[in-house]
Amino acid sequence: MMNNLVVLPLLIPLLAGLIMAMFRKNIPFHRWFSLFSFSLTFAVSLYLIHQVSIGGIQILELGGWPAPFGIVLVVDMLSALLLTTTSFVGIACILFAFKSIGEEREQFYFYPLFQFLITGVNGSFLTGDLFNLFVCFEVMLISSYVLLSLGGTRIQFRETIKYVVINSLSSTLFLVAVAYLYASVGTLNIAHLSIRVAEAGQTGFMTTIAILFLTVFSLKAALFLFFWLPGSYSAAPTAIAAVFGALLTKVGIYAIFRMFYLVFYHQPEITHALMGVMAALTMLLGGIGAVAHWDIRNILAYNVIIGVGFIVSGLAVFTYVALIGVIYYIIHDMVMKALLFLLGGTMIRIVGTSKLKEMSGLIRNHPLLGWLFFIAAFSLAGVPPLSGFIGKILIIQEGLAKGAANAGFYWLAAIGLLSSLMIIYSLMKIFINGFWGETFLTRNMEKGSTKGLLLPCVLLTTVGILWGVGAEIFYPVIEQAAKSMLNPNFYIEAVLREVV
Amino acid sequence: MKTNDVILQTVTKVATFIILTFSVYLFLAGHHNPGGGFIGGLVVASAITLLFLAYDVKTVRAGLPPVDFKILAIAGVLLAVITGMGSFVFGKPFLSHAFGELDLPFFGNTEFATSVIFDVGVALAVFGTALSIIYTISEDMCIWRR
Repeated sequence: MMNNLVVLPLLIPLLAGLIMAMFRKNIPFHRWFSLFSFSLTFAVSLYLIHQVSIGGIQILELGGWPAPFGIVLVVDMLSALLLTTTSFVGIACILFAFKSIGEEREQFYFYPLFQFLITGVNGSFLTGDLFNLFVCFEVMLISSYVLLSLGGTRIQFRETIKYVVINSLSSTLFLVAVAYLYASVGTLNIAHLSIRVAEAGQTGFMTTIAILFLTVFSLKAALFLFFWLPGSYSAAPTAIAAVFGALLTKVGIYAIFRMFYLVFYHQPEITHALMGVMAALTMLLGGIGAVAHWDIRNILAYNVIIGVGFIVSGLAVFTYVALIGVIYYIIHDMVMKALLFLLGGTMIRIVGTSKLKEMSGLIRNHPLLGWLFFIAAFSLAGVPPLSGFIGKILIIQEGLAKGAANAGFYWLAAIGLLSSLMIIYSLMKIFINGFWGETFLTRNMEKGSTKGLLLPCVLLTTVGILWGVGAEIFYPVIEQAAKSMLNPNFYIEAVLREVV
Repeated sequence: MKTNDVILQTVTKVATFIILTFSVYLFLAGHHNPGGGFIGGLVVASAITLLFLAYDVKTVRAGLPPVDFKILAIAGVLLAVITGMGSFVFGKPFLSHAFGELDLPFFGNTEFATSVIFDVGVALAVFGTALSIIYTISEDMCIWRR
């Protein structure tokens, strides 16, 4: 099923970024063109969802070379959903950046870099080939290095160095793992890998390679190996931190998802159990970090870590229903994390500091901001009928059901519940300290205005609420995504129809 | 301190032409044999770098057309991507290429391929990127010496 639309979510941001970089001085053009590019990508992704729901998995063999030899791009329902969410989050963050990023950054290619970042993210979701996954990771990472250091404040440079070093290390390990895998099974096409690994059997050696991949993707996704995340995400400007928090870690999770559901799914008692342990530790440590800190940026960064832990705990449960929960939750998490960072950034902008102890009573002058934050906090904690609820209940319910056979899953479910409490505690701490209490700041004393900043937040909140309330409507789509992830044969048949 | 680099400068004058000719050969050979846009572009960049070393950046820059190397690189990538998108018009997958043969009066039976346009894009991108890196570093050096 040759379909040129498949490549568009990758091409549109790439072309837009290039065209913008040609006209460096024309900032208004940059702004509107990036908005246009993401809207177009959003529309194409929606259409791809429609096509996948009717015609099954869509593929594109670049240059017409058939699958295991040439490069393929594959869109199944999960990729299509993630692509759509990515471009939506992109729109919101760009809208926020209009008023907040500052002219200096805009002149040094902020908008083109943002486009290249999304190119990398979309490419990672699209590719059906492990080496291209590496390439798309690099496209994404290199843009993120520049975006993180753009502006050149002292703290940014310090954190960027750490971020670059840790990511270069993990990219090297990625390449090593890819080389091992290629040496042992002789292919890098994900569908072909799935067949070969199933034929050869997932021996101890294969499982070792799988764990090497898990290490690499955990570094990218901030699963257990998250020590680099709080520093670097809190150093970036709000719009950039929001897009990092919402998208970059999810790309790592998506890679874990693909590898451990399509290729290395033969020994869940080792690989998935390890994922479960890592997820539990991530939730606990992230939760402790979120509860302990008194700085908005740090609390939000640790909330990203808890979210990653929770999603991976759902992957570790490894049942059909849990998978549906994971897909509900991952999309909820992308939207809500972006919202949370944007709201936190708006608060910091108003008060001029990110220290909770120095702010108070914002709700008097900013009621909308306050209530949006309240909704976001409850949504992340999983209060029904908001968007986090369905994902959480499905994952925890399946964990408890599996606990009868293996007591470890009771622990996982318990820690999942505990992490929700930690999320709500840490976010309510921001709400109580920031919005309640005596209002120190009159409107004239505020450091920055919220003009135009609340529009993207309202957009994200609306989608978040719809995702929770309308969960029933989205169910068929999610179901299709979960089915195709749990049956590698769907994917294999779509990609390798000529060989198999 | 003024260094005496007569030999370097004299050799460079000749060598640059050889390198540039070789780069064209590499570029065209790349269609069927080792070579291609990437290496071709890199070799052109190395020729210009040699000029930078033998003379100084300002003189050489004045001799080259006043194009920003960054713009050149961007134009290269754009050209490559748009060539790839040409296949959309014919309903073929992205990056599909076509070729045909034509009897030219002097060259005889010559093969023409759309992938050459793609390769020109690659060459421009590599050339532009390599030179803008070198140019940026050399600007930094001037600041240090001051």
